[in-house]
Amino acid sequence: MRKPDIFKVPIGPQHPALKEPESFSVSLSGEKILGVDIRIGYNHRGIEKACEERTYVQDVYLIERICGICSHTHATCFVQAVEEIAGLEVPKRGLYLRTLIAELERIHSHLLWLGVAGHEIGFDTLLMYTWRDREIVMDVLADLTGGRVNYGMNTIGGVRHNITPEQAQKVLTAMDKLEEQTKYYIELALGEATLAARLSGVGVLSHEDCVKLGAVGPTARASNVDRDTRRDDPYAAYGDVSFSVITDDHNDVFGRTVVRVKELMESYSIIRQLLKNLPEGPIAVKAPRKIPIGEAVSRYEAPRGEDVHYVKANGTEKPERVKVRAPTLANVQAVKKMLENRYLADLPIIIAAIDPCFSCTDRMINIREVASKNSRIMEWETLRQKGIEHYRKQGIDFSKVKITQSF
Amino acid sequence: MYLRGVKMAMEEDVKQALVKQFNLPEETIRIPRPRRIFMEISPEKLKEVLDFAVKELQFTILLTITGLDESDRFGIIYHLAQKSGSILNIKINISRDNPILKTITPDFSNADIYERELADLFGIKVEGLPPGNRYPLPDNWPENQYPLRKDWKQEKPEVSEKSGGDQNA
Repeated sequence: MRKPDIFKVPIGPQHPALKEPESFSVSLSGEKILGVDIRIGYNHRGIEKACEERTYVQDVYLIERICGICSHTHATCFVQAVEEIAGLEVPKRGLYLRTLIAELERIHSHLLWLGVAGHEIGFDTLLMYTWRDREIVMDVLADLTGGRVNYGMNTIGGVRHNITPEQAQKVLTAMDKLEEQTKYYIELALGEATLAARLSGVGVLSHEDCVKLGAVGPTARASNVDRDTRRDDPYAAYGDVSFSVITDDHNDVFGRTVVRVKELMESYSIIRQLLKNLPEGPIAVKAPRKIPIGEAVSRYEAPRGEDVHYVKANGTEKPERVKVRAPTLANVQAVKKMLENRYLADLPIIIAAIDPCFSCTDRMINIREVASKNSRIMEWETLRQKGIEHYRKQGIDFSKVKITQSF
Repeated sequence: MYLRGVKMAMEEDVKQALVKQFNLPEETIRIPRPRRIFMEISPEKLKEVLDFAVKELQFTILLTITGLDESDRFGIIYHLAQKSGSILNIKINISRDNPILKTITPDFSNADIYERELADLFGIKVEGLPPGNRYPLPDNWPENQYPLRKDWKQEKPEVSEKSGGDQNA
C-alpha cells in the first residue's frame, strides 16, 4: 500500500475560519492533523513601549484598548499594580463597583463565546439565542458606564462612575432574566445529545499536559485544574464574596462549554452579593501624578483566564516598564496539543474553545456631512431604530423583538 | 493595603528556606505584601534556584518572564506562582553588551514564547531554544532593532511625495 502523502495547509493570517489574525500551518495526512505550526504576533501594536512614553493616567485608557472583550480586565490589572506601588487604599465602594463591572464583563464574554462556539459547529440557533441575551448585559454595562466595549470605569485610586439605587435595581432585574435563560443553556449543554456528540472528545487536553503547558482559565478548569485567581490571589472585592470555582474532568471542548455556562451562574450570584452588601462612601481616592519608585505584579481572572501585569515605577509620571501577559498567550501553547491527531474539520471549534480575543464594535457613529461640514452624533437608540427600519424596508420586522424592554 | 494585618508566615518560610539553601543575605529577598516575594540572584545560580523553587517550595507555575532595560544591564524577572496564590519573582541581571540567557524550556515547556519575546524585543540571545517561529515581531522586521530597549525610539516612516502622503492634508 502506498504511504499517504502529507499536505501542508496554510490557514491564516487572514482566514474566514479565524476571527483575528493568527497563522496555522497544518500538516495533514488525509483529513488527519499530524502537526501544527503556530505563528502569532500579527496584532502586536507596541503597547508596552507606548506605555513607557505616556503618563499613568493615559496608560489606563491605552491599556483598556488592548482587548475589545476584556477591556476592564486589563485596565483593572494595571491600576491594581500602580495602586500597590503608590500605596493607595481604594475605598470599599470603589472595589465593589470594580468587581461588579468585572463580573458583568465575564457574563457578556461567556455568552459571546457560547454563541461563537454554536456558530463554529453549525448550531446557529444557539448563536442567535445567546447573542440576543447578551444584549441584556451589554445594555446594563452601557447604562452603568456609558460604554459597551471600553467602559472607562477605572482610574488610579478607584472608579469613575457611581451607581444609583435605580441602576442597581435594573442590574438585579437583568440578572434574574439572564439566570432564567442560563438555566436553559445548562440544560442544553448537559442534555442535548447532538451538542455532546459534536463536542465530546474534541480538542482533548489531559490534566497533565494542561499543567505542563500552563493553560489558564476555563480551558484549564475543564481539564480539572482547580485554579482561579479570584479565589487563590483575591483582588478587588473577591475576598468579600463567596462563590465556587467550577471545574470539570471531560478535558475537551464539551468540558470547556460546561465550565463556562456554570460560571455564568456563579457570576449572577457574585453580582447579587455585591449589590446587597454595597458599602456607602467615596468611590475613589486622589492619586499622585508621580508614582514613587517601586514594582508590583498584579493578577486578574479574566473571562479567558489569568491576566498578569508587571509594572515598574521610577518616581516620575511615566512608568519605567509595563509588561502584560494576556490569557490567550498562555492558552495558545496548548492548542498545538489539542489539535494533534484530530480532524481538520475540528480545527475551528478547537481554536474557538480557548476563546481567543477579538474586537468589538462602536456604539455611536459621528456622521460628517461633507457638504455643510456639520457633524451630528447618532445615539445608540437612534442607531438601533435605524437598523430596525432598514430591515423593515426589506420585509424583515425586528420591531416585534423586544430586546430593549427586556429589563 | 492588601489584607493588612494578615500573617505572612508562609512567605516568611519561603524566604528563610531560600536564605538557608543558597546562603543569601536577608535583604536580597523582599516581601512587600502577602503572596508576593521578590528576590535577586546571580545568573549562574538561576537553574539551582528554579529547581529548588519548583521541587521544594511548590512554585510550579511559570506566569511569564519580564525583560527590563536598566541602562547598563538587562534585568530578567521569572515570575513563578504556587497553586495557593503566592508569586515568587526571581530577578537576574545580565550584561547589556553581550546579552545571553540559557533557556528554561526543559523545565518549563511554556517558557518558549516568553523567551522568544525577550529575543525579539530586547535582542537577548537565548541559548538552547528549540527551533520555531519568532514572536511577536514581523518576519521582515529589520535586524538589530529591539523596540523595548530604552535607546530605541520609534521613527515616523518616511513617505515619499509620489506615494501620496497624508491624504487629509
